[in-house]
Amino acid sequence: PPAHSHSDWIGPPDKLSNLRPVIFYEPPEETALERRLREARQEAQASNQRFWARHNRAFRQEKEEFIYSRLKAKGLEMRDESGRKATLNAEEMADFYKDFLSKNFKKHLQYNRDWYKHNFRITFLMGQVALVRALRWLRRRKKNVEQ
Amino acid sequence: GLFLWHLRNAGARQIPCRFVHLYHVASNRLITFQYFNFLKRMYVTQCNKDLSQRAKPKSDSIVSPFHELQKLDEEKKVVHKISPVSPVHQSWSEMSSRNELREMKSAAETEDSVMPVGAESKEDRQWKEMKLRLDDLPGILARLSKIKLTALVVSTASAGFAMAPVPFELTCFLLASLGTGLASCAANSINQFFEVPFDSNMNRTKNRPLVRGQISPLLAVCFAASCGIPGIALLTLGVNPLTGALGAFNIFLYTCCYTPLKRMSIANTWVGAVVGAIPPVMGWTAATGSLDAGALLLGGILYSWQFPHFNALSWGLREDYSRGGYCMMSVTHPGLCRRVALRHCLALIGLSTVAPVLNITTWTFPIISLPINLYISYLGFRFYRDADRSSSRKLFFCSLWHLPMLLLVMFTCKKSILEKEDKGDLPGGGHEMAMEIRLP
Repeated sequence: PPAHSHSDWIGPPDKLSNLRPVIFYEPPEETALERRLREARQEAQASNQRFWARHNRAFRQEKEEFIYSRLKAKGLEMRDESGRKATLNAEEMADFYKDFLSKNFKKHLQYNRDWYKHNFRITFLMGQVALVRALRWLRRRKKNVEQ
Repeated sequence: GLFLWHLRNAGARQIPCRFVHLYHVASNRLITFQYFNFLKRMYVTQCNKDLSQRAKPKSDSIVSPFHELQKLDEEKKVVHKISPVSPVHQSWSEMSSRNELREMKSAAETEDSVMPVGAESKEDRQWKEMKLRLDDLPGILARLSKIKLTALVVSTASAGFAMAPVPFELTCFLLASLGTGLASCAANSINQFFEVPFDSNMNRTKNRPLVRGQISPLLAVCFAASCGIPGIALLTLGVNPLTGALGAFNIFLYTCCYTPLKRMSIANTWVGAVVGAIPPVMGWTAATGSLDAGALLLGGILYSWQFPHFNALSWGLREDYSRGGYCMMSVTHPGLCRRVALRHCLALIGLSTVAPVLNITTWTFPIISLPINLYISYLGFRFYRDADRSSSRKLFFCSLWHLPMLLLVMFTCKKSILEKEDKGDLPGGGHEMAMEIRLP
């Protein structure tokens, strides 16, 4: 993002986590409230990134292992004659999906709780910041009118 | 005798819609015929949309069942999204209903949208300024509120209104539709607000406004509040409190029960089906002011419909659900998934037969609807037996046209008030009460 910009910038989805990173703008006259908001958003972003990157990587790895073990059981290689990667059909993969979901269930419950907490906190802080800014703007308007 | 009839007349004319009561003009003409045409046009256009998009459709959904077919839309034509308070899913067709509206899936998207993907991915790879542009706002809000799903939800509510055995009141109808639509927008926005990181990880939903940072979560919540509060107020004060209560309950059910439950237990599908079933009940209560057997039957039909619709849809999305951490029957209990879908296809036949018993429709309804009900049950059976992608897709696409067709047939077979009176309720001639134009 350009150096002179006064707003946040959001980028393309991350390869591992599929989340879009945000670069937050730090205004020079940032109030304590605004700083809390920015830090909360940064913290949430980091925590989300950590979780999803690790989770998706685990998914991909375990999926590969599953395909490999199943193909071996069937007596096939990972790549067929033309060099294309051999895949299992949806029905065979279903066992893996079911397994993966149940293995990660507790992890997801914990993450859900964290995410909802982050989300509410950030939105509440945004609301406070917006309110403060609006009051400031109104006060400035009143002062201008009086002058 | 005549005096008694007059009293009954006055009593029967009591309008449950408070607003209309205040402004009621002595126009007793029931515009059934015009309404029928409107409804037919609406359903026909929806059917056409579905058919035209088959080439490649809450979701949701309805509640799901309506789905957002964004990519397909870009490819085919410029179009406008659904839920009710219903959950609905998006994307194989434009009909997403609530239940969510269930989410439709990327299966269709990835197959049919080759061209749009090229253009979008280039744009996707750039860094964008997180500044809200006012001219983008309508599009963003439309996507936030899953406008197509909302439209579907409103149409099921109007179906409920139309089926109610009372004279048609246009203002009441419009108020009920508007209120339901606003409530649905609010529910869908909150749903998206809750699901940002999960939506980013699933193919179907990764282009939603909050995921892309086009709008801030605060704005999403404010939008939801500014739709939901007036919507419910409109229903409570302008229609009747029962409808308002149902609307508020449905928003609560969708946002606070269905959305978190999706990640905790497969029970979410049943909750979602209820969310999808409530809008027609709301339409009925808006017209009559009370919750009678007819309302519950209509709700029951939509409830049962959600299962073949959603279960078939979710069959193709098992990978995304598994990775995203969603507890869906198709992943954890595949046998149950197919059994339930088939069970509810058959239940639709049963419910259609109950309709004339409750005096909602004539006996022609179960007869005329039998072919389509049998067809969807047949596809449900194929899905149950084969459990593969092609049978799930067939069942899903069938459910998309099955519902509007069923509701249409139901409406054409609606028992007119005139007929009921002829059955001997009123001693006098019924011609002054003839507000309904008899349909051929």
